[in-house]
Amino acid sequence: MVPITYYLLLSALLFVLGIVGFLIKRNLITVFMSIELMLNGVNLSFVAFSHMWGEVRGQIFVFFVMVVAAAEAAVGLAIIIAIFRSRKTLNVDSIDLMKL
Amino acid sequence: MHLILFFIFGGLCVAAAVNMLLQRHPIDSALSLIVVMSSLAVLYLLLGAEFLAVAQIIVYSGAIMVLFTFVVMLLNAGREQRTYGSNAAKAVGFPALAILLAVLAVSLLSVEKKLGAAALANPITGIEELSRVLFRDLLLPFEVTSVLILIAVLGAVALARKEE
Amino acid sequence: MNPLLVFFLLSLLKVAVLTVVMLMGVAYTVLLERKLVGRIQNRWGPSRVGPFGLLQPLVDGAKLFFKEDTIPASVYKPLYILAPIIALGCSLLSIGVIPFGPELKFQGVDMFQITDLNVGLLIILGITSVGIYGIALAGWSSNNKYSLLGSLRSSAQLISYELALGLSLVGVVLRAGSLSLRQIVNSQSAHGLISWNLFGGFQCIAFFIYLMAAYAETNRAPFDLPEAESELTAGYHTEYSSMKFAMFFMAEYGNMITVSCVATLLFLGGWSSPFGNTFDAFGGPVAQAICPLFWFVLKVFSFLFLYVWVRGTLPRFRYDQLMRFGWSFLLPLAILNIVATSLWLTLR
Repeated sequence: MVPITYYLLLSALLFVLGIVGFLIKRNLITVFMSIELMLNGVNLSFVAFSHMWGEVRGQIFVFFVMVVAAAEAAVGLAIIIAIFRSRKTLNVDSIDLMKL
Repeated sequence: MHLILFFIFGGLCVAAAVNMLLQRHPIDSALSLIVVMSSLAVLYLLLGAEFLAVAQIIVYSGAIMVLFTFVVMLLNAGREQRTYGSNAAKAVGFPALAILLAVLAVSLLSVEKKLGAAALANPITGIEELSRVLFRDLLLPFEVTSVLILIAVLGAVALARKEE
Repeated sequence: MNPLLVFFLLSLLKVAVLTVVMLMGVAYTVLLERKLVGRIQNRWGPSRVGPFGLLQPLVDGAKLFFKEDTIPASVYKPLYILAPIIALGCSLLSIGVIPFGPELKFQGVDMFQITDLNVGLLIILGITSVGIYGIALAGWSSNNKYSLLGSLRSSAQLISYELALGLSLVGVVLRAGSLSLRQIVNSQSAHGLISWNLFGGFQCIAFFIYLMAAYAETNRAPFDLPEAESELTAGYHTEYSSMKFAMFFMAEYGNMITVSCVATLLFLGGWSSPFGNTFDAFGGPVAQAICPLFWFVLKVFSFLFLYVWVRGTLPRFRYDQLMRFGWSFLLPLAILNIVATSLWLTLR
């Protein structure tokens, strides 16, 4: 019997780790992966609440979040490829100006 | 038993997430993220969401992370360099996030008794219940997400195309 | 004894027995292929070592074990060593949800299946999806342009045909009403031959799509361009030697066996005999318990025979023909099959 709070704590920890990755990593792809980590943390808390209330809609919302994350990953990675083609680098500190 | 399994897979989750942040090469970060997603799938199984656990493995570990891996392989970006930007972000970011985590932890632990516990009983919501709600009450959002995926496919193909 | 401990020990026993059986099966599938391809090409296969060459796999295993294990200097070591482990692991994992016989409970634990999940079929699809990493990482970490090309082509092929594979199974799931593999087999074993999904369930088109997609998923002829020796200098396992190459080799044949097992479960009625219930009292209880196992092995063997027969007979697809076949032909056909099956089931 695991208290639901433990699941929520784990979800909060994953979310904060995702924000840490978003702030400190310098490679564009790793920053994007930290965003996926944040989304996964949120998914966990949705499933925990769905178990607590006995509702299936929590799980359906997670399903939709997965779908949206897949769409976002596809488009985001396509943008990253386009950026790499024009700037020849993936370091976020070098891509911070609109001027090439 | 439930507690032991939760601590094993929750610990694996956190360890892999920390490893993802500590690695220099993006391919190692991608593999650590795959471990995070797989252990999250086991945690969903522990919470009784069996379809969601398998969907997590098929969609997240097996498709989205393959996409990430392909992009890392194709762009062949090497290891990260340390820049002054990252040092500034660390100096400000770590304390702020530690405070955020502390606030979340305190507020969650204070309602521990009110939320109850998760049991390893039979899954409350099987696939039939899930599909009944998904295809009857929530049919419109389902169709809208399929249009969303179509738009994403078109956008990705248009953006990643080589300049003629 | 504590029931949890009994469950744990019996599961461990099942896992150990099935792993050994699977590995022996892989070794002897290699022998089957060599002898059969040899006969198709009008020559004997291996026939010197032991009677009819039956000890050949053991000798081959010893040879591969004793070869020098070279690791080239410029590979990315962690992934280079991890990739064959992922490939072999994923190909052996699917045996965990496949039922070999009817439900036979011993001390409360089902002895003919390691675990019966409610979503067993999706687990097999998930394991197939994760198996892509073995190939992708092998090609990239080898630091060799032929390996990279071979692995990218192979991964693209695997991803494309995974869709057709999954969609072709939806018709079967619609008829059985469940994703659990035991339920799917039970829904087909009512009347013998005609109630199998291939004949009475009208899933012939789904069977055809599944077979094509499975040949592409296991990188086997006629879809084996990524590892064709004459095209890409052995593709993604160019830089591998000795045990790691043996692991890729075993992973390919393990995938073949898994795919054959799933095909028999879904389309050919699993362990049910084609004669239905006519011979139920034949031979006593022991024979009745062993018979389903015999039918299962016979059907899996016939699928493996078909695999090798197709490899020995058909020429290879070119890469663009392969991709066009998967996306423009198999995928719409699979969707049509789902629509037709659901119409048939509603109007029944």
